[in-house]
Amino acid sequence: MKKISAYSGAGRVRDEQAERSVIERRFRVMVVIVLVLLILLGWRYGQLQLGAHEMYAARSEENRIRLRALAPNRGLILDRHGRVLAENRPAYRLVIVPERTPGLAETLERLADLVDVSADELRRFEQQRLRSRRFESITLKSNMNDAQVARLAVERHRLPGVEIEPYLTRHYPHQGLLAHVLGYVGRIDSQDLQRLDRDQYRATTHVGKTGIERRYESLLHGRAGLERVETNAQGRVLRVIERTNPQPGQDLVLSIDLELQREAVAALGDLAGAVVVLKIETGEVLALVSHPGFDPNLFVHGISQTDYNALLADHRRPLFNRFLAGGYEPGSTIKPFIALAGLDAGHITPEMTMYSRGWFQLPGHSRRYRDWRREGHGRVNLERAMAESVNTYFYQLAHDMGIDRISRELALFGFGRATGIDLHGETGGVLPTRAWKRATFGEPWFPGETVITGIGQGFTVVTPLQLAHATAALAGRGVTAPPRLLVPAESARMVVHDEANWSAVFDAMAAVIHGPTGTARAVARQLPVRMGGKTGTAQVFGLPDDIDEEDSREELPEHLRNHALFVGFAPLEAPRVAISVVAEHGGGGARVAAPVAARTINRAMELGY
Amino acid sequence: MNTLVAQRWSGLLPPLRLDPILTALLLLLMGFGLMVLYSATEQNMALVSRQAVRLGFGLAVLLVMAQIPPRFYQAWAPALFVAALLLLVAVLLFGVGRGAQRWLDLGIVRFQPSEGMKVALPLMLAALLARRPLPPGWLDLGICMGLIAIPAGLIVLQPDLGTAVLVAASGLALLFLAGLRWRLIFAMFGLVVAALPVIWLNLHQYQRHRVMTFLNPESDPLGQGWNIIQSKIAVGSGGLAGKGWTQSTQSHLEFLPEPHTDFIFSVLAEEFGFIGVILVLALYGAIVLRGLHLASRCRDNFGRLLSGSLVLMFFFYLVVNVAMVSGLLPVVGVPLPLVSYGGTSAVSLLAGFGLVMGLHSRRRFMG
Repeated sequence: MKKISAYSGAGRVRDEQAERSVIERRFRVMVVIVLVLLILLGWRYGQLQLGAHEMYAARSEENRIRLRALAPNRGLILDRHGRVLAENRPAYRLVIVPERTPGLAETLERLADLVDVSADELRRFEQQRLRSRRFESITLKSNMNDAQVARLAVERHRLPGVEIEPYLTRHYPHQGLLAHVLGYVGRIDSQDLQRLDRDQYRATTHVGKTGIERRYESLLHGRAGLERVETNAQGRVLRVIERTNPQPGQDLVLSIDLELQREAVAALGDLAGAVVVLKIETGEVLALVSHPGFDPNLFVHGISQTDYNALLADHRRPLFNRFLAGGYEPGSTIKPFIALAGLDAGHITPEMTMYSRGWFQLPGHSRRYRDWRREGHGRVNLERAMAESVNTYFYQLAHDMGIDRISRELALFGFGRATGIDLHGETGGVLPTRAWKRATFGEPWFPGETVITGIGQGFTVVTPLQLAHATAALAGRGVTAPPRLLVPAESARMVVHDEANWSAVFDAMAAVIHGPTGTARAVARQLPVRMGGKTGTAQVFGLPDDIDEEDSREELPEHLRNHALFVGFAPLEAPRVAISVVAEHGGGGARVAAPVAARTINRAMELGY
Repeated sequence: MNTLVAQRWSGLLPPLRLDPILTALLLLLMGFGLMVLYSATEQNMALVSRQAVRLGFGLAVLLVMAQIPPRFYQAWAPALFVAALLLLVAVLLFGVGRGAQRWLDLGIVRFQPSEGMKVALPLMLAALLARRPLPPGWLDLGICMGLIAIPAGLIVLQPDLGTAVLVAASGLALLFLAGLRWRLIFAMFGLVVAALPVIWLNLHQYQRHRVMTFLNPESDPLGQGWNIIQSKIAVGSGGLAGKGWTQSTQSHLEFLPEPHTDFIFSVLAEEFGFIGVILVLALYGAIVLRGLHLASRCRDNFGRLLSGSLVLMFFFYLVVNVAMVSGLLPVVGVPLPLVSYGGTSAVSLLAGFGLVMGLHSRRRFMG
């Protein structure tokens, strides 16, 4: 073949044959390139489809299948006779699907006219909207009333994308009556998330925040169900592949008797305070009142700022759980326990007498510790000392026993530590000891402090629940169980003492009510059974050591009046229930707290406890 | 199929200047393509029939192109090239489209002028080189490079990197077929490598982003990398035999972007598996090889070069799209030839095949 230079210039001779063979060679090269590229592509697809198939198949499945949690229905809370205390009520909420709502702003405006949307609700809606996808329904207003639902139903055809959705909401039919016992549920917040099992709460919106609702959250909540759903890339659910139904939460039967609870609240009337009624043998809580209460329903859907401020501003502190966290000076209600300790230590006998001249003085000190009756009570034995609440008797006894012995005895009855009731937020009060004082104030114990400890003043702080529990232990002759609302605890002997000593204290406590000079003798008439009790008055501001049991100090402004206390048990012969009453700023225990206790005990007896 | 019937039918084709084998292969591909399209559009029959009408129109164009005497468009090549260039300038001035101006709206139809250039440029180069001695010398090479660079540059400005690369590649392929010397080829290759940094600096932000995510798609799995990742998942999950026709979950559940246009091959791979991929690649291969065969047997250099480069353009489409879908090349927006939904590219490709068949059919009759 003749070789032709490509660069021979204009005079170049064209050699068609040579050109053709060059082109044909190039075509053959191209065919090879085409084949090589096709094989490379095939190789690549083999890699993806054969080599890495398993991995990509799994990722494709992952893409497609999503798990969706289903919320279980919350368990009910019932009283001991099966009366409903917390239920799930069908309610309606207004939801909007932004994707299907053409003019969202206009729609919101019209809805505001129709169903009265608050600024809070609007703000929450906007927040939610920013976090959601366009096809997800967002709640604008929950818990709509019937009128709102009806108005919406009429206008609905003009509001595309707006839907009325049924759901279950927690409802407390007795409002404030049991607010501090049941607590309430509220929207899950970030704090809740830290203590909850996220898997179980994926679909749940509300969680127990306080009270029984919180304590038994794990039982009430139930187990979440699961749906395997096929979704598209935007997360829109296309179909349900598989479904495991949620298991509803357990219904809880509390030891509370709704009737008795109601009676105790009624007995308190306008007084702020607490009433605790326990079954002595089992520790079952029959009534548990902190008054005034609040409507827990307000908290379920998020309380409005106005409502919350009103609750906070109420000087009677409705949100404060008095039986659980209210710390009160026990006052004279401590005396039965001191007396029993004295008997057991051999410092007194029931028959032994002492002379009350109106005051007590420590040897070598000038300070006078007074009786509430200025002129004194004269010569008194244990029974009269208890019945008339003779301070000097107990000053002397306390001084004789010494603080160490007193602390030890009081500790036996559970003072100074939480009772262990199945509720959150219990405080343990204060049982003063030398060690405690040194640790708290960095000071040694002074003898005068022992003296006033004998009449429940000074450092001792108790909760109404502790008082009731201690009284139950006393009435059970040392045998009782920790207070419980749900599952009764095992009864156990808390205190071991001579049988005769228990009887002596019971007789003395009976004299408080049934004796001719008993401080609470006025209530004896109302009682169907004999009972033992003890009145007490806790000072709110300091007029030390001359608390007048009979003087209600009504001349004082209410917030400076003393707290009225009462502890007791019934029936006297075979005690079955124990009670403690605290009436804040009520004045005297005998005049104010004892009648509340009597009325409640009366009802408890009627109800057969 | 009955061989006799096939022979009788194919006997009708030569007088229409159509190659029976290539025509059959193209029809097979388009038929299968419509089937995949049916699945990829969520069984949207309206879309499928619209595409079928376009393909029908494309076939009509093919038939017409096959009848036009080559000498006619050889003579008109410069004019057609200039017209196509003017349209490209027009699209930069009056074009429409999202993000990039690629479309000219003529009221009745909207079309992409860059598609016209895909035919006009090879035509121009073939017409030029046919009159020159081969292999092309320095001067011819310089002229040809200019003729390639101007339209490619205009298309890059739209910006449409994918089409620009295809147009340039078809021009370069034509030069290759024309016997461009290997040392010139290597010299040009070296020049391109040296120019890469300059090109990089002149790329649009979105183009750079595409290249970056191509190099490491997992760096932006929900953004630019999403397409590549989801496409690979679709392909890989297809396995050997695939999930079955219309059973693609990746596209039906909207994980796959544009499953009926640029990413239709991943739907195909997902539904028909590796077996389907190999068969379709073989079908494309057969079309290309048959096309090259017809091209090489044209009676003159003009026919050979034009036909060859048109067939190779078709092949480049395939390679770029199939490589892009499997993550071998960056996402540049090149459709799968004759299968992806869309009219302009199908019509221009079929017009190209019309030219190929027409040129080949005249190998003996032309004087």
